[in-house]
Amino acid sequence: MITYSATDHFILLPALLLGMFGIAVLLLDFLFPKDIKGRGWLVGIAISGLVFAGWQLWEQHRYLAEHGMTPLTGFNGALVLDNFAIFFNGIVLVSAALVMLISYRYLENEHEHHAEYYALVLFATFGAFFIITGVDMVTIFIGLETMAVSFYVLVGFLRGDKRSNEAAMKYLLLGGFSTGLLIYGFSIFYGLTGSTTLIALASVVPARGPHDPLLYLGIVTTLAGLLFKIGAAPFHMWAPDTYEGAPTTVTAFLAVASKTASFALLLRVLAVGLSGARPQWEPLLTGAAVLSLTIGNLAAITQSNVKRMLAYSSIAHAGYLLLGVVAGNDTGLIGVAIYLLTYAFMTIGAFLVLVALRRKGAAVETIDDLAALSRRYPSYALLMLVFLLSLAGIPPTAGFIGKYYIFLALVESGKYGLAILGALYVAVSLYYYFRLVRSMFFVESTEAQVLAPSNGVRLALAITGMATVAMGVLPEPFIRMAAASLGR
Amino acid sequence: MSMSEHLLSWILFTPLLAMAVVLVVPAGQKNLIRIVANIGALVSFLVSLGLVARFDNHAPGFQFVERATWIPALGANYSLGVDGISYLLVMLTTLLTLLSVLASWSSIVDRPKAYYAMLLLLETGILGVFLSLDFFLFYVFWEAVLIPMYFLIAIWGGERRLYAAMKFFLYTMAGSVVMLIGILVLYFAHASQTGVRTFDIVQLMQTHLTPAAERTVFWLLFLGFAVKVPMFPFHTWLPDAHTEAPTAGSVMLAGALLKMGSYGFLRFSLPLLPSASIDAGIVQILAHLSIIGILYGALVSLMQKDWKKLVAYSSVSHMGFVTLGIFSLNTKGLGGAVLQQINHGISTGLLFLLVGIIYERRHTREISQFGGIANRMPNYATVFAIAMLSSAGLPLLNGFVGEFTILQGAFEANPWWAAFAVPGIVLGAAYLLWLYQRTMLGEITNSKNEQLTDLNLREWAVVLPLVATAFWIGLYPKPFVDTFEKPVAQIVERLHSTHAEARR
Repeated sequence: MITYSATDHFILLPALLLGMFGIAVLLLDFLFPKDIKGRGWLVGIAISGLVFAGWQLWEQHRYLAEHGMTPLTGFNGALVLDNFAIFFNGIVLVSAALVMLISYRYLENEHEHHAEYYALVLFATFGAFFIITGVDMVTIFIGLETMAVSFYVLVGFLRGDKRSNEAAMKYLLLGGFSTGLLIYGFSIFYGLTGSTTLIALASVVPARGPHDPLLYLGIVTTLAGLLFKIGAAPFHMWAPDTYEGAPTTVTAFLAVASKTASFALLLRVLAVGLSGARPQWEPLLTGAAVLSLTIGNLAAITQSNVKRMLAYSSIAHAGYLLLGVVAGNDTGLIGVAIYLLTYAFMTIGAFLVLVALRRKGAAVETIDDLAALSRRYPSYALLMLVFLLSLAGIPPTAGFIGKYYIFLALVESGKYGLAILGALYVAVSLYYYFRLVRSMFFVESTEAQVLAPSNGVRLALAITGMATVAMGVLPEPFIRMAAASLGR
Repeated sequence: MSMSEHLLSWILFTPLLAMAVVLVVPAGQKNLIRIVANIGALVSFLVSLGLVARFDNHAPGFQFVERATWIPALGANYSLGVDGISYLLVMLTTLLTLLSVLASWSSIVDRPKAYYAMLLLLETGILGVFLSLDFFLFYVFWEAVLIPMYFLIAIWGGERRLYAAMKFFLYTMAGSVVMLIGILVLYFAHASQTGVRTFDIVQLMQTHLTPAAERTVFWLLFLGFAVKVPMFPFHTWLPDAHTEAPTAGSVMLAGALLKMGSYGFLRFSLPLLPSASIDAGIVQILAHLSIIGILYGALVSLMQKDWKKLVAYSSVSHMGFVTLGIFSLNTKGLGGAVLQQINHGISTGLLFLLVGIIYERRHTREISQFGGIANRMPNYATVFAIAMLSSAGLPLLNGFVGEFTILQGAFEANPWWAAFAVPGIVLGAAYLLWLYQRTMLGEITNSKNEQLTDLNLREWAVVLPLVATAFWIGLYPKPFVDTFEKPVAQIVERLHSTHAEARR
């Protein structure tokens, strides 16, 4: 019998709001006459959707805090409301809001300002909600597809741009393939347990023993699908092309929201469903982490396109995040959470600077396009420097705290070799991040950039910049938040 | 917040306040920016004089200690303190910054605002390294130093500045991150013994690691410190960075920044890891690297055609003496090393300032372009002679006291070490005197040198404090030696007791 209890409603409310506002944006756009200039209010509606969802998330957090942090389950155990879900949903919501702020002017400049864009961002956020909150494999899968399909369209949103179309096509084909792998893994788990919940899976794993081939096959295929989603090697091939071709605002959203939601899923699957099978998946994950660090950092060195370089660097970031999971202790999980939090702000910040600048009437793309930025717009160059330092992990910026936690976790579990390897790649990453610094501060140029910041861009820059510095200088409250998300 | 209660915080953040003031001056007002920066550096130095007035040579442990919670979740605190080992380095840093700022008055035309801001930021970073009593805080400052230094070299440096800046940045970064892992290993070792997660250096000193664990931590920390010193074979970034940096950058690099490495050995490696520090294998390796550095640096200096590069390579040789002194592991060696750190800051700082003065006039550093300078710039030649003799370790000047004490210590530890280090002094005298002969003496051969003018008032003000200190330490080193006698004795005592325990 299908029931819809008050608890179910309470858990679902943020997603409901997201979905409803998304549909509202589409309907209102349909009802009112098309007038490009007058559609700023659509952004307002979309952002208020995010604000309402965020408010509900806050209510959920308050409820949990009042009830001793006991998680709520809804929909017969398909969704779980815990601090973990609230934390990661919060990151996705904030990143969606930042992306909304910067999109209006960008899309106008590209002559592709359509209401569908905002609806799709809301739908992607809606999908992410189910990935993060779901503990039932079917629910998770539907969330994953909702988010992925929204992104397929968003990546190809610049219809007139060949590269955008190519990126969307690549992402769609490879994404479809990875989804197939993931659902194959899930189907094996279903075969093993007779149930689609992760909790049922957890109870079956110990009984199957460490050498069960079927379980191993399920783990391998599930991991392959998940590694694709988080953009980790050896399933990273889509990232450079997709990041480069997608509209820059979408790239920022993809880099943050998709990675955050997928990582939350990875943590849930491994920590809840497969925690008993650690010996089987840990070596696989270690290999993927080392490979991601190596490929991401080394390939980034030779890139001349900034977005492409940031794509490779995001592969390297996935490597660091995986190391946090590999460490296998609370510190590592807190590390993943705090890393993703800091990653959201510094990554969006870096893309933001690209969004704000235009050169020869087109968006800034290559490293050379940033030449002499410090002469004309020193504050923008300075902000970009802060984001880059943070991405590299230099104190006192937010990125350092994330990396620090990963190293802390690895040392705590005695994995010194991995810690040193990860640490040395920080020095490598500095090399390519500082190619941008070099271009901004030391290369002279005759044709300068033109700054086209809207108030939204200014606001988003202020938020990301301040967050990146604040998390580095006074990380205590953020660490507490991350630790609380894991119930620690 | 009264100044007497928070003296160290004032010392640490006055340069940062000065930087903030510099930043609000409009970019077009170049002279106003210069005046504000000079006043800022002067005030920073004056504030640090409070330390001279109140430092107690006989007090045990750290003085002027300040503690405030910062990141309890990590066990990291904002805690500062000085003892005899850091005291002189703090004074050296504030003095050298003041002189560097003054020396840059006319040489920096491009973007002076950013330039002075970077110099003052660098000062805060270096002071933070010397003042931190918390390993996490220490690491944050340690890394934060890199950024202003990178920009100082990369914007206001010589022709190959971008290459040099990047090389400096990457080398020291690679060393630092490995050092961070070492710090974390130590942190967990302490936590597993006491159940307390802390980066507090005083508490960490109570940790007793197994000898194997101590060796691991030692080598991890070693990489961070050795790159900074720099010890052979980690020195390759130094000649490029020193040569390409603007004068003030070279002075700060050689005078204060290199000391971060030797300070690391003195503050952390020896007291925190006594049994690894007395490990015969480790000591042998480090002493040999130091000796190779002394001889190699001196030999390479002999071959230089570039005036500034010669001074840069001489740093490798002189810092070799410092590390040799440290790893002699006795009172003489350690004391000599502490003093020689200061001496090197004074003499090499002075040499770089003097090279900068001539470069500003002639825009070349090639030794063959000069000759007979003493005819046109007698005062300059005199000061240069003092700087050179101080660097070469002539009696009555500061270098002699330091190097002689280090050699005594090295001899006590192993006569062969001293025997191999002494040629370093001879070679040092050789390359410096030869440099002097080629540049200062004889007739003027290059017509471009005919118009050279002697030191002006500002340049006198830049060099005089260092000349005076060089004579002061050379003639009457006691006030300096007194400051670090106690902490050095404590380190040696700790090493001895570890030795005795190991014997039992």
